[in-house]
Amino acid sequence: MGSSIPFLSSCGKEEREDFFQKHFLEMTREEKEALVARLEERYLKKFGRRFKVSIQESIPNTLWGYGLDLSRCIGCRRCVYACMEENNCSREKPQSQWIRVIRLKKGSLVNLEDSEHYYNPDLVPEKEYIYIPVQCQHCENPPCVKVCPVHATWKEPDGLVVVDYNWCIGCRYCIAACPYRGRIFNWGEPNVPPDQLNTTVHYLGNRPRMRNVVDKCTFCIQRVRMGRYPACVEVCPTGSRKFGNLLDPQSEIRYIIQNKRTFRLKEDLNTDPKFYYFFEA
Amino acid sequence: MRKIVYMLIFPLVLGTISSIFSKEIREEFPVPPPPLSEGIYPCSQCHATMELNTKKRILTEEHTNIKLHHAETMRWCLDCHYSRNRDKLRLYNGELIDFGRSYLLCGECHGNVLRDWKAGIHGKRQGYFAGRKRTYLLCVHCHDAHSPRPKPIKPEPPPSPPRERRHAK
Repeated sequence: MGSSIPFLSSCGKEEREDFFQKHFLEMTREEKEALVARLEERYLKKFGRRFKVSIQESIPNTLWGYGLDLSRCIGCRRCVYACMEENNCSREKPQSQWIRVIRLKKGSLVNLEDSEHYYNPDLVPEKEYIYIPVQCQHCENPPCVKVCPVHATWKEPDGLVVVDYNWCIGCRYCIAACPYRGRIFNWGEPNVPPDQLNTTVHYLGNRPRMRNVVDKCTFCIQRVRMGRYPACVEVCPTGSRKFGNLLDPQSEIRYIIQNKRTFRLKEDLNTDPKFYYFFEA
Repeated sequence: MRKIVYMLIFPLVLGTISSIFSKEIREEFPVPPPPLSEGIYPCSQCHATMELNTKKRILTEEHTNIKLHHAETMRWCLDCHYSRNRDKLRLYNGELIDFGRSYLLCGECHGNVLRDWKAGIHGKRQGYFAGRKRTYLLCVHCHDAHSPRPKPIKPEPPPSPPRERRHAK
């Protein structure tokens, strides 16, 4: 046995390194830093851009929550495209979008089955419709995490549901389990022009993905852990999108929950989402 | 000697305390400068020498680009712009304010919106939410004060249907 072909000899150096990589949560600080150095070098070689890969841990006493004002949303999809740019999502063929804006006839908010997300009028908002942007709801009780056979996805202490793309085997059980269609599968090699890449990335967030892995909205983990608003919040032209710390009584999201009429999508499924839709007054 | 020191310190302490209290009475919000039309401010450069005409009328010589669509049946220019000093806005109680604090004027009718705006709920959020680095925009950065309802815009293209994905490499 000892004189036979060495183990994994047919693999390249990168494949061998990936194969022996530990689970992210079991890595020590040094191992994570070595991983970051390896990834930065690899991205420099592949894209010709100098990346800054963050492994910043969650800030103590934070639980991120999101608010979206349905009486203001006009369905213009600015958030969808700002998200793609911020998070290095594949642009075309295959196109990968983490936010889906669905359109519903006014007065039929409960019939999500009748919704449509390919609407394309000349001008929005249209009189007889309302719009609901749907993305990962960051459930406190996430069904997608429960079904993952390899624990490649988990809930962070600050409530963000994240994926380790290196650990994901692409079985798509999580996509089947998610009641919000919040998870996206990379059917092909992601396709982003190198000059459009965002080089400020987080290991568990917007770093360039590979083929055959699942990714999803992370509330812009690379931004919110530095105290910045997510990209979709910043771009929204109507100011419908709000963000804050659910554990901070002074935060914007707490004000919304206390003073506005809020609801969450499919509350009856006991997923306990941290994405609050609300109405004016 | 001690008496003299106290006499010197006392007004200083009093000053700081009163300045703290006066700040609390009217909270200031960090807003960027108001989006005034190019070359038109200060208004007094023309209006100072003009005769005051308080009659409600359609303006035909100047400001013809302004189409008032903001409760226009019951309002006119000089209800918000102070007639004797056009560089100021006038609140209902007679107080004069700069354009940079116009949210106080808007809040006189839209009080519930002003309350939400102060809490950071109404309006566009940008930058940092942590600490005291929150940023505010004035009402007039997004709404035209003379016609405040937002105009419809063109949506971004819809997602490509899954059919295209099937043959992607």
